Amino acid sequence: MKILIVDDFSTMRRIVKNLLRDLGFTNTVEADDGKSALPILEKGNIDFLVTDWNMPGMTGIDLLKAVRADPNLADLPVLMVTAEAKREQIIMAAQAGVNGYVIKPFTAATLKEKIDKIFERIDG
Amino acid sequence: MSKERRLALAKKLVDALEHDDEMGVEGLLNEIDALRENRLFQEIGRLTRQLHDTMASFTVDSKITSMTEYDIPDAKERLKYVMTMTEEAADKTLNVVEELMPVSQQLNHQAKELQDKWSRFLDREMPYQEFKDMSQELSEHFQSSKKSLEDVEQGLNDILMAQSFQDITGQIIRRVITLVQDLETSMVEMIRLSGASLDHQKLEETELPGPAVPGVDDKEGDVAHSQDEVDDLLSSLGF
Repeated sequence: MKILIVDDFSTMRRIVKNLLRDLGFTNTVEADDGKSALPILEKGNIDFLVTDWNMPGMTGIDLLKAVRADPNLADLPVLMVTAEAKREQIIMAAQAGVNGYVIKPFTAATLKEKIDKIFERIDG
Repeated sequence: MSKERRLALAKKLVDALEHDDEMGVEGLLNEIDALRENRLFQEIGRLTRQLHDTMASFTVDSKITSMTEYDIPDAKERLKYVMTMTEEAADKTLNVVEELMPVSQQLNHQAKELQDKWSRFLDREMPYQEFKDMSQELSEHFQSSKKSLEDVEQGLNDILMAQSFQDITGQIIRRVITLVQDLETSMVEMIRLSGASLDHQKLEETELPGPAVPGVDDKEGDVAHSQDEVDDLLSSLGF
């Protein structure tokens, strides 16, 4: 299981990376916005995408839309971890096809719960 | 000065002139004069006030100019420093955590292994040679765990010290808040002097709203306050 973590703040990437490692996911790669994330995704073998929304260059929602529009990536599970908490934004992400939505600040338990749920649904 | 009053004075003046009442004429002329002077003073007063307001607006202007020239760039630098400091603190903390996590895991692992052996020993299931090995392992464990716990202690101290940024960034941010308040006051004053009205129309949002600040962004009830609210919203959408 290879996971791509996309966030413009390196500390947030490290926090997510450490939490994922605690959950047993040791194989992670990082990118600092949608633009640098896309080529990594296109190269293949990423199984799960965790992305922030508000990033310079290319935002997480645009990355999500690009992923869903790419036939090779359309089924990739995407978890959004973001400070954007407006209802209309959450709805927008849902409509764009996000698999989970976690608002910052979040806890390790929330992250675990959402990841478990996503894989439960995929395996089920 | 009302028309009636002026007319009454004029009639009185004509009357006095016709009756050769010199004293009366003088008195009436003085009265009329006084009335005119009064108007003149009122006018001067008005002009003075206007001048004062204009001068005041100049000082507001120059205040804003100096704010734009010095205080705002200064505040930008200070806020950049806040970003640097918070990032450094987060990095330092994460470094220590990443360093100590394996140490703690190793200790945990060792303790568990020895615990298993120890209970086998207590249950008298351990051959003598194995007991000898265990004794050796135990003394090694005590030695290494002492060193590891010293490292953990040192790390916790480092994490503790990394939080000292809060004091400094707090002071800097408080200063910037004061600047923003001053700027707001000056601008409101300038708008008032220019005669424009302050209508509280919200600007169109062009960028992402960013982190919702409690008490600021949630007044319209369109912001999720917790993960539970996000989950409820999503499940209402069929997620």
